[in-house]
Amino acid sequence: MSIQTWTWILVGITFSLYIGIAIWSRAKSTNDFYVAGGGVSPLANGLATAADWMSAASFISMAGIISFGGYDGSVYLMGWTGGYVLLALLLAPYLRKFGKFTVPDFIGDRYYSNTARSVAVFCALLVSFTYVAGQMQGVGIVFSRFLEVDITTGVIIGMVIVLFYAVLGGMKGITYTQVAQYCVLIFAFMVPAIFISIQMTGNPIPQLGFGGADEAGVYLLDKLDGLHSELGFAEYTSGSKSTLDVFMITAALMVGTAGLPHVIVRFFTVKKVADARKSAGWALFFIAILYTTAPAVALFSRTNLIETVSNKKYDDMPEWFTKWETTGLITFNDKNHDGIIQYVDDHEMNELDVNRDIMVLANPEISGLPNWIIALVAAGGLAAALSTAAGLLLVISSSVSHDLIKKMIKPSISEKGELVAARVSAVVAVCVAGYFGINPPGFVAAVVALAFGLAAASFFPAIVLGIFYKKMNKEGAIAGMVVGILLMLFYMTKFKFDWFGGGTKDDWWYGISPEGFGTIAMIVNFIVAISVSKFTADPPKEVQEIVENIRVPSGVGEAQNH
Amino acid sequence: MKSYWKTNLKYLMILLIIWFLVSFGAGILFREELDAIRIGGFKLGFWFAQQGSIYVFVILIFVYVRLMNKLDQKHGFNEDQEL
Repeated sequence: MSIQTWTWILVGITFSLYIGIAIWSRAKSTNDFYVAGGGVSPLANGLATAADWMSAASFISMAGIISFGGYDGSVYLMGWTGGYVLLALLLAPYLRKFGKFTVPDFIGDRYYSNTARSVAVFCALLVSFTYVAGQMQGVGIVFSRFLEVDITTGVIIGMVIVLFYAVLGGMKGITYTQVAQYCVLIFAFMVPAIFISIQMTGNPIPQLGFGGADEAGVYLLDKLDGLHSELGFAEYTSGSKSTLDVFMITAALMVGTAGLPHVIVRFFTVKKVADARKSAGWALFFIAILYTTAPAVALFSRTNLIETVSNKKYDDMPEWFTKWETTGLITFNDKNHDGIIQYVDDHEMNELDVNRDIMVLANPEISGLPNWIIALVAAGGLAAALSTAAGLLLVISSSVSHDLIKKMIKPSISEKGELVAARVSAVVAVCVAGYFGINPPGFVAAVVALAFGLAAASFFPAIVLGIFYKKMNKEGAIAGMVVGILLMLFYMTKFKFDWFGGGTKDDWWYGISPEGFGTIAMIVNFIVAISVSKFTADPPKEVQEIVENIRVPSGVGEAQNH
Repeated sequence: MKSYWKTNLKYLMILLIIWFLVSFGAGILFREELDAIRIGGFKLGFWFAQQGSIYVFVILIFVYVRLMNKLDQKHGFNEDQEL
């Protein structure tokens, strides 16, 4: 059977599965809609969190980024996993004990202030919208490349599916579809990785094949380092970023991960505090399976690519080369007209440009794997994009229906009315996300980094101080969040959009890239918050009692609509 | 109550120091020194950055889960009994 037939079959089966689960688990109350009834098992929540977290970027782009960046790609590997340690140790158990529906809920109540709540709602919406646009775009790309429908149709199909199970099922529907989506995506990622690892090193476990040797007994990593220096690229195992910048970016991604609202809310769905800790462990375990495989895939595909194309005759290129050339993701420009591909670091001499997304999408073809595996990758990419999109849409809809309408605009709204509001805002959010998926603003890539920086600069310090520093008051928290966000926005817009006089790489403060600046903004937030709180009144006694109370796990209630 | 929180903070401190050492320490700050050591096909610093730190992260969380479950029990915060 052709790749296309296989893709339609696999995508059809997985989509019907998601819809089936949504019908079976539809939400009947706001409690179901926001936190899946609060009774999800730690293992299921771990699976769902892993799918929620691993987006189209993790599935499609990350291995490619590592493939081209070598050691530099480590910032994503450590940054996007290390954040779970912070989450499990510093945030999840206490937020679960606090027992509310959303992150702005915690901020608003802990800091006894609707101003603080509004700042939090603003950040949650900004972060989630940026992210969800990227996911919808991912859906469109997978559809257009594998099924040869245009991107718009692809995005619309994706919108309808997400709309169906997010609106109908709320958090409950999303949780159980995410469990299924995790299984699909991890299977789709691992199968080609295992095959390629066997082909290249004889070892079926990619994590071990990563350090393995080829038939001649040369370690792959050494071989690639050699190839890289021959062609003028930076050594694969050393990369080209400065140590300080690697440090800052890793820290910003870790702290940002721990502060992302769509990840945090997942821990409101379990029954008790001990379960919140345990499900963070499971989540990271399931994420680690993909994250420790990705660098191995990166190495294999990089080596494969260089060996296949470098200094070879263009006319001898395999079929996949021309196929991806027609999509514009591989471009060859024979500058010296010798009919041979020169793939080197030197910009003047280089004749080949390869899009990084190909490393995962075309990897099975490059390695000559059977058609059903190639189709599987498409189904996996869709699962990754849809699961993350759904989680984000829920954050958006609950921010609107719960934090804005119920908590600020119309507290008298009935539960039924709130549920309707939640569903309507989910529909609106899907449409907005779909629009940005079809017409992606050029700044999406820049703003995704901003999303992590913002989460690091705003939520993380406010939540951590709210739990670990009893005397933290609303003045300190609000001042910290506002200064943190503004500083982050300033640095980002200055160096990404050329505002405030712009600047180049050489003007970065101490050589810190905008991606890594979240770490600085976070530290400034902590300093401002603590200093301001020293000079203003202590928080009221009830609030200090709340803090005492969330520090011990006993007597946890269900997440309630208080 | 006080001793429960104190013990919790002690656990956090120890685990976060390990968290910092394997990622920011071994994977970033001391990578070049560690790269002199080789394990099979891996340079050690590079291995910590792309593999080792992630394994340790998973272990750290499960160690914390165990420690806290024991601590909860010792202080009578076993949630199952109350629910």
